[in-house]
Amino acid sequence: MAETKQGQKARSGGGGEGGDAPGRGAASKIEKKGADLKAEMDSLVEEIDAVLEENAEEFVKNYVQRGGE
Amino acid sequence: MQKRIYGIETEYGIIFTPEGRKTLPVEKAIRFLFERLITTEHFLNVFLENGARFYQDTGCHPEYATPECAAPGQLIVYDRAGERILEDLQAYAEEKIREERIPGKLSIFKNNTDFVGNSYGCHENYLVDRDVDFYYLAEQLIPFLVTRQIYTGAGKVFQTQDGVRYCVSQRAQHIYQKISGTTTNDRSIINTRDEPHADREKYRRLHVIVGDSNMSEYTNFVKVGTCAIVLQMIEDNYISKDFTLRNPVKAIKDLTFDTTCKRRLRLDNGREYSPIEIQREYCELAWKYMEQYPVSEDLKKAVGMWQHVLDCLDDDPSKLDHQIDWVIKRRMIESYIEAKGTTWSDPRVFMLDLQYHDIRRSRGLFYLLERAGAAERLFTDEEIDYAKNEPPPDTRAKMRGEFIKLAREHSIQYDLDWSNIRLGNLLNVRVICNNPLESDTEKVAELVRTIQKTNLRKTSLSKLVIQS
Repeated sequence: MAETKQGQKARSGGGGEGGDAPGRGAASKIEKKGADLKAEMDSLVEEIDAVLEENAEEFVKNYVQRGGE
Repeated sequence: MQKRIYGIETEYGIIFTPEGRKTLPVEKAIRFLFERLITTEHFLNVFLENGARFYQDTGCHPEYATPECAAPGQLIVYDRAGERILEDLQAYAEEKIREERIPGKLSIFKNNTDFVGNSYGCHENYLVDRDVDFYYLAEQLIPFLVTRQIYTGAGKVFQTQDGVRYCVSQRAQHIYQKISGTTTNDRSIINTRDEPHADREKYRRLHVIVGDSNMSEYTNFVKVGTCAIVLQMIEDNYISKDFTLRNPVKAIKDLTFDTTCKRRLRLDNGREYSPIEIQREYCELAWKYMEQYPVSEDLKKAVGMWQHVLDCLDDDPSKLDHQIDWVIKRRMIESYIEAKGTTWSDPRVFMLDLQYHDIRRSRGLFYLLERAGAAERLFTDEEIDYAKNEPPPDTRAKMRGEFIKLAREHSIQYDLDWSNIRLGNLLNVRVICNNPLESDTEKVAELVRTIQKTNLRKTSLSKLVIQS
């Protein structure tokens, strides 16, 4: 996903505020937002893993319903 | 129609996964769900204190039909209250399963498909003016219903011969007819079932069975609100668009595979439009209509959201990753795939798809996203909790709900359907309420008082019928 890739870049680029140079402030804000999103998604994935059915393959294969109305 | 009655019926998927040799047939699991419901009605088919109906449907699905609602927002609250009611019943059933010493897990899903090709539905019901010509209604509604899946779809990971694909809709693959009367075979875009549970001379019931079950409040609200404004325009003879599709059944199936939403559909007149373009035409007409005709607040809100959704879809559907089910789900799966360095054919991806619809707040992935702020809300938990036990104040459901409470309090025997209340030990006293917009509970209270005075257990009342 675009925003998570952006997040990675922001992270590998290392710290340091954008400073006051015109234009850079806005760019770093976007990068920061990307990094936030990446962190947010990472923590979500962890939460998902904690509740996701362990035997996914088996479970999905056995999930058979009769047709409804 | 200014005042419309709305309802949604949701069929839930249910499975018991044993952890050992002993298993539990799904019929028995459903019986456990119903056991806690106190009623004198038939087992497996009961009305609840909020006026809703809960029953076992064809194919052994627990089904929840909302009470009659007077506005789309109210309807979505009652639909979600159904998820919470079922979650409570599931907790009770799990206790019973433990008592029977059958190790395993019970799961209930608010979705529309399994992975071998079976489907169960989400049926929307709209009370419609009887004067509207049915063929005009169908002609205008079919292109709308075929193309609306771009913002109403719940998303589905689909295994095809060419690999795994992500589809917009759960239900679209299971539609085989343009118009028909059945709901189990040959499912259609427009269903002709016409049980208005109201004055047949004034109203017909429009039974829409092509929609997906929605988890997102936003998606669910836009789905019902846009359909309602289109119906209102049809009733006022305001629409005269010619979007008759050359092959609507093929179109609904083709569209579900197009996550760009820009694939062009061929019309009967030879022209080609994308689903976004067709929806835009209806939406623009709705704006014009609202300048000339009175429209409820909910519908105004829905049209604003409709515009927003179409603008985003045009630009980049990913922009709707907090609002529209299929986009929310896709983003979740993509993030998972990226974080785990896996691919779409990972079995966990199919599990993510399914578990997005799990109704337990502790395990359901949609609820997890919602708590994390990754899915926009329109209503509060307090509103939904209230709707679990209290009927809508402004429809017939109010009379039914209040009656059920009184009858239980006084241990009165009763039986119900949508427009009748029968009570007494011979069920010979009857209140008929043929007007779904009536909410006069005094009649119900008076009836209960009469019964108490005459002590129905000893004397048999002569047949008493109150027409309401």
